[in-house]
Amino acid sequence: MSRLEKRQVTKMVPVPSHSIVPERDVDKAPILECSHLGIDFGGLTAVNDFNLTVGRTEIAGLIGPNGAGKTTVFNLLTKVYQPTRGTILIDGKDTHGMNTVQVNRAGIARTFQNIRLFDKLSVEDNVKIGLHNQIRYPMWSGVFRMPGYWKKEKLAHESAMELLHLFDMEGLANHQAGSLPYGAQRRLEIVRALATNPSLLLLDEPAAGMNPSETADLMENILKIRDTFQIAIMLIEHDMNLVMGICEGICVLNFGQVIAKGTPEEIQNNPRVIEAYLGSQKKEG
Amino acid sequence: MLLGFLNNLINGISLGSIYAIIALGYTMVYGIAKMLNFAHGDVIMVGAYVCFFATGSFGLPPVVGVLLAMVVCTVLGVVIERLAYKPLRQAPSLAVLITAIGVSYFLQNMALQLWGSDPKSFRSVVPTGSVSLLGGQISVSYVTLVTVLACVIIMIALTAFTGNTKLGKAMRACSEDKGAAQLMGIDVNFTISMTFAIGSALAAIAGVLLCSTYPTLMPTTGSMPGIKAFTAAVFGGIGSIPGALLGGILLGVIEIFGKAYISTQLSDAVVFAVLIVVLLVKPTGLLGKKISEKV
Amino acid sequence: MKQLSGRKNKRLLDNLITYGIVVIAFLVVQFIQAGGGLSSSLKGQLVPICCYVVMAVSLNLVVGVSGELSLGHAGFMSVGAFSGVVASVALQDLIPLGPARLFVCMLIGAVFAGIAGIIVGVPVLRLRGDYLAIVTLAFGEIIKNIINCLYIGVDGNGLHFSVTSEMALNLAEGGTAVIKGPMGATGYAKLATFTAGFLLVIVSLVVVLNLIHSRAGRAIMALRDNRIAAESVGIGATKYKLMAFVTSAVLAGAAGALYAMNYGSIAAKKFDFNTSILVLVFVVLGGMGNIRGSIIAAAVLTVLPEMLRAVGEYRMLIYAVVLILVMIATNNATIRQFFAEKLHGAQEDGKMSRKGAAK
Repeated sequence: MSRLEKRQVTKMVPVPSHSIVPERDVDKAPILECSHLGIDFGGLTAVNDFNLTVGRTEIAGLIGPNGAGKTTVFNLLTKVYQPTRGTILIDGKDTHGMNTVQVNRAGIARTFQNIRLFDKLSVEDNVKIGLHNQIRYPMWSGVFRMPGYWKKEKLAHESAMELLHLFDMEGLANHQAGSLPYGAQRRLEIVRALATNPSLLLLDEPAAGMNPSETADLMENILKIRDTFQIAIMLIEHDMNLVMGICEGICVLNFGQVIAKGTPEEIQNNPRVIEAYLGSQKKEG
Repeated sequence: MLLGFLNNLINGISLGSIYAIIALGYTMVYGIAKMLNFAHGDVIMVGAYVCFFATGSFGLPPVVGVLLAMVVCTVLGVVIERLAYKPLRQAPSLAVLITAIGVSYFLQNMALQLWGSDPKSFRSVVPTGSVSLLGGQISVSYVTLVTVLACVIIMIALTAFTGNTKLGKAMRACSEDKGAAQLMGIDVNFTISMTFAIGSALAAIAGVLLCSTYPTLMPTTGSMPGIKAFTAAVFGGIGSIPGALLGGILLGVIEIFGKAYISTQLSDAVVFAVLIVVLLVKPTGLLGKKISEKV
Repeated sequence: MKQLSGRKNKRLLDNLITYGIVVIAFLVVQFIQAGGGLSSSLKGQLVPICCYVVMAVSLNLVVGVSGELSLGHAGFMSVGAFSGVVASVALQDLIPLGPARLFVCMLIGAVFAGIAGIIVGVPVLRLRGDYLAIVTLAFGEIIKNIINCLYIGVDGNGLHFSVTSEMALNLAEGGTAVIKGPMGATGYAKLATFTAGFLLVIVSLVVVLNLIHSRAGRAIMALRDNRIAAESVGIGATKYKLMAFVTSAVLAGAAGALYAMNYGSIAAKKFDFNTSILVLVFVVLGGMGNIRGSIIAAAVLTVLPEMLRAVGEYRMLIYAVVLILVMIATNNATIRQFFAEKLHGAQEDGKMSRKGAAK
């Protein structure tokens, strides 16, 4: 907990256009730039005119009521859905025409709202699958057990264990992923995503179903990921303690539209946000 | 040339109607139980044998023979479902598939033991004769007329049944979501049994009509039409009743045209090749629903 | 760290047991055969058993490991069988040594089946589940139909093809028609030996087991368990699905060539839908993704009907009933729970692999 208390939230730069980027990232090219992003399902507009810029090492939050289109934004960013309108630049590169696989190679990794692990495989294999494009050797090298196979498999094993160690999971390496407790499954999904060496990590409700102490650990872990790997993290979350505690920039969606952007303080005091989202929660609390 | 074409078209529609009736059984069972019932083709064979013995050995009138076949097949269908498929409701779909194949083997070999392997010559339940069209240039046999008529009547009846009756609505509810249907007070097991009953009764009709048109009856008579009808169901979009009709008719027409204009031996290859092309263009069949996975 | 090396050793031991079973079975059969203790009907089954084992192992790669239902595996066996037979006749003078020619023919059968696998796989693997199953079924039937009206002959000038009749081949003096439409292939030397079958089984085991425990194998299994998640970590579905499918077709092709060489003649209808289903039954009974199970199921179920000859005409009936009962017994939730409680712990690992891929 100590690190959380010591940490100071970076001051947001004044919003020039549609960007909110932490001060330290201002002079670096942003990792993600979305402009006028939108998608229609049939006649229904699920997301419209979504503009967002995420800095190199920013922790950004995407919040909004249920059904606001948050996960749809993630699905657009990872090209699970192809956007109807707008552009997505990853590290300045246009992702137009790319598929999920190519977007991952371009630097976006994600976790899923409803956990999607490779349930029947071991924890270590799950991470190794994340390392698929990082440690490569051809198929026949594996079939005929060429020297390259042994070398690369050893490397894959070491890298996987190193990543698992970072999250205190090396002891679980040989367990079946599907048999892990809920919290560990969520952590494993993050480890697997990190194994793909992303520059932007998308976390879809990472604290869902966690108790306060698990959530606190998670916050610690998210900061650790950012500091260790120096990557940007964008997360969807309903737990306001987590969002307000670690996010530097927050974007609020409602009915597929961005209704506010800013620092946690700004968002907390934004009347539209209070009306759409936080207001009702405050009344309940 | 044109006359030949028309003749082939009529034959194709006739064969297609039989496929459509069988495919309806496939598609209903698939829609509700999400299983490929490979034993369905063999139920057809059983139905044909029952009718054969009823009208041949016992001298009963054809209508009684058909009704008897329907009753026997209905009971058979329900019994198969209860004994073989119901214990596997929660099992992986492949286990159910293999069980269905086991049932198929069982029915075929049972027929072999009971009725022997020698082909029986099936006597048509429809009087021989034909209607002349275009001043006698084209003749349509009574069997063809009855087959097409039966298919149309069954289609209309089934559509009305699934759309308007309580049981029909229960069937549609079960095919959407069994758990939710159960919570709404629908007896899922009963509904599934009824689906098998209807499908098997249709199979009996199809068996009788099939053997009335192509009168050789053997224990393996049902397997190829079964596979073709399954293809027809997928062709039209499995789970969809109008799809089964459309798929069945198209498949029959393609098969007969393939036989007439391409090659007798290759007609099956043509049918399956068309199926592959259709599925590549429309991956869930002509009238099938698009399935998308929620992320 | 101890647990880890333990796991690795366990996998190694697991594979060693699998290889061990095959080697020991081979040696035992050789021993009995030398002593003359093998009935002639069983002797005739030795090569087919090896072929079916390879078929089951290779189909398991598609159905169990890759998680795609294929109902047309016999089609690839067919392609391998007929291309192998044609090669065998064509190479008669070039490679007079039997075993060498057999090897080359199996290789050619494997290559042609692999090409067929690519032709089928590239467009078809975009389909899912039952739709993929029906297309593979359709493919198997198409192959059967085409070979049924194919005529191929060999003479001094090389290969001759026709789709109409033997006459249309226009063979020169001394030429032979190898494939004669519905009659199938006849007039080639029976080159297959049990040793060749054993070696093929070992090769396919090496290929499949090594593939599974490698980077590509993990990618294939990841796609099976969760396609969307696998794509999100940068694994392209088409490439790896195709890899499993084509590898499987190649092995089936080699098995088909060997199978054909065991008999003096072979017809396309031998490799029909029922054969595909038979192999699928081996895979499902042996356990999805469980290679050792596939071997045992294929061997036992190939021998069993022969053994059941004692009960005569009822054997297929018994086979059907046993099949249904076994499926119910191994998959019914109540029965499974009962056994899980009885054999707690000891059973856990087996359950894991059995559950694998059962979608």
